[in-house]
Amino acid sequence: MLLVVEQFLNGLQFGMLLFLLAAGLTLVFGIMDLVNLAHGSLYMMGAYFAATFAAWTGSFLLGALLALGATLVLGIVLEMSALRHLYGRDHLDHVLATFGLILFFNEAVRLIWGPAGLALPLPAWLTVPVPILPGIHYPAYRLAIIVVALLVALLLYLGVMRTRIGMLIRAGASNREMIGALGINIKLLYTLVFGLGAALAGLAGMMQAPILTVQIGMGENILILAFVIIVIGGIGSIRGAFLAAIFVGMIDTLGRAFLPNLLRQVLSGAAASTAAPALSSMLIYLLMAIVLVVRPEGLFPANRR
Amino acid sequence: MKAFSVSKAVTALMLVGLVLLPLYSYLSGNIFIMTLFTRIVILALAAASLNLIMGFGGMMSFGHAAYLGIGGYAVGMLAQEGVGSGFIQFPVAIAASAIYALVIGALSLRTRGVYFIMITLAFAQMAYYVASGLARYGGDDGLTVYKRSDFSGLINLSNRTQFYYLCLTCLFAVIFLIWRIVNSRFGLVVQGLRSNEQRMQAIGFPAKRYQLVCFVISGMMCGLAGALLANNTDFVSPAVMYWTRSGDLMVMVILGGMGTLFGPVMGAVVYLLLEEFLSQITEYWALIMGPLLLLIVLFGRGGIMGLLGRLNRG
Repeated sequence: MLLVVEQFLNGLQFGMLLFLLAAGLTLVFGIMDLVNLAHGSLYMMGAYFAATFAAWTGSFLLGALLALGATLVLGIVLEMSALRHLYGRDHLDHVLATFGLILFFNEAVRLIWGPAGLALPLPAWLTVPVPILPGIHYPAYRLAIIVVALLVALLLYLGVMRTRIGMLIRAGASNREMIGALGINIKLLYTLVFGLGAALAGLAGMMQAPILTVQIGMGENILILAFVIIVIGGIGSIRGAFLAAIFVGMIDTLGRAFLPNLLRQVLSGAAASTAAPALSSMLIYLLMAIVLVVRPEGLFPANRR
Repeated sequence: MKAFSVSKAVTALMLVGLVLLPLYSYLSGNIFIMTLFTRIVILALAAASLNLIMGFGGMMSFGHAAYLGIGGYAVGMLAQEGVGSGFIQFPVAIAASAIYALVIGALSLRTRGVYFIMITLAFAQMAYYVASGLARYGGDDGLTVYKRSDFSGLINLSNRTQFYYLCLTCLFAVIFLIWRIVNSRFGLVVQGLRSNEQRMQAIGFPAKRYQLVCFVISGMMCGLAGALLANNTDFVSPAVMYWTRSGDLMVMVILGGMGTLFGPVMGAVVYLLLEEFLSQITEYWALIMGPLLLLIVLFGRGGIMGLLGRLNRG
């Protein structure tokens, strides 16, 4: 029982983290029609910034805040210097150009921080276990991730659906020329959206950092998961990304936790222990395949075109 | 059309260079260049196979490196189980790639555009994780191929020159095949589907079936490249399937010129030589390579072949 609740929460926590990453990706794709492979690099940069700033200031929260600002600025600079010129080009061009950016970022990190990973230690008040149910404790930090991500999701929803800027963003997504003709500075709007996406990726990176180590290429595996999520959820749909992220986070975590035992009931011990790791890492891809067979446009396609 | 064109001349020069390379290596005593160019020829073969679906078929597969791994693991696993004959290993490598391509293609081709890019990427990642989980065959650490494929005296793969010419022959054969495919009725339908799928379907062509067959053919070609690659490095690991390798292959195709017959070969030669050259200058070669890719995408339409074509006209 304890294990089930714990793994359930782990799945939720991982899903929320994936949502932060996928939200930025789907936002940038939905609004600028830009496939950004370098999104994982921004995630990595967020973690590196947080580890560096936290070491400088000596405070976890201050470091995280500074890192958030730094990734936002980095995103804006990246958009203005390079990615802006890719809007309206073929998706293949996006893939290649941002692939080049990944090479660049990985190498730049190696040059600046060295090949060894960094650690981002947690402050004491975040390491204590918190009782969530009678007799069941859960690490405060993982709980904090869930809360922060839920807050971000709420803010994102309110921001996009209820504010003037959100209205402009949605209008820009459906018709770029028209909103430009109405006197809106669409370039600035796009830069802001990209910066926002970058900050979300950075936030995900710095929140994951204390759990795993901060290392080169950390954004790449999780980026693929984010892709799976936005494909399942429907590209461009934040609601789809949210639900699919929780779904994928749960399936991945629960699969890894319980599949070996389940298999052991069916197969012999040795066969189960070799098949289980491969099968549990395949699980979400199988899920994606099933979703695509049933709904090729994803579960919640954004109603465009 | 003029009899002489710059792109034709450069292509011919490159092909003659590739054929004569062992002679140069022999005369200059530079053995390393043979190792480097065997790798280049094999990856050029993989890039050419990707070009068939990407350049001619309009299917932007971002998971092509999976076939390199499948072909390589077919050789490595059979070798470990005691089946050393290349007459078994190579057909198995190609057949396994065909089966994978059939399943992946049937699922992925339900989608289009950027979905297709991401789906093929995700499936290749899945193959990567499956290979990492193969504890019996080295798992994460990869599998050493202790004995190269044995073609019972017909050709000796451990001989550097013979192996190089085998790879080069495979490359030329595949390019010849692609040329025949592209100019056949089948190839014209596939290219028609690239231009306008709806119209082709309205004429009455079963779009998905044609695309799937093309996808499988391309996968088989790349599986052959994988089998050669495992023989070249005497080693196969999940890393050959990692998604950045698929990205490398895509870059080669684009760099050389997508949808041209010899573009991918040109792209592979230039890309890998550039990588080699930059890594000799600085350890941080990717710092230059990354932005270079960005510039190529932004300013180099049509790749090297396109550039040479413009030289010709201007």
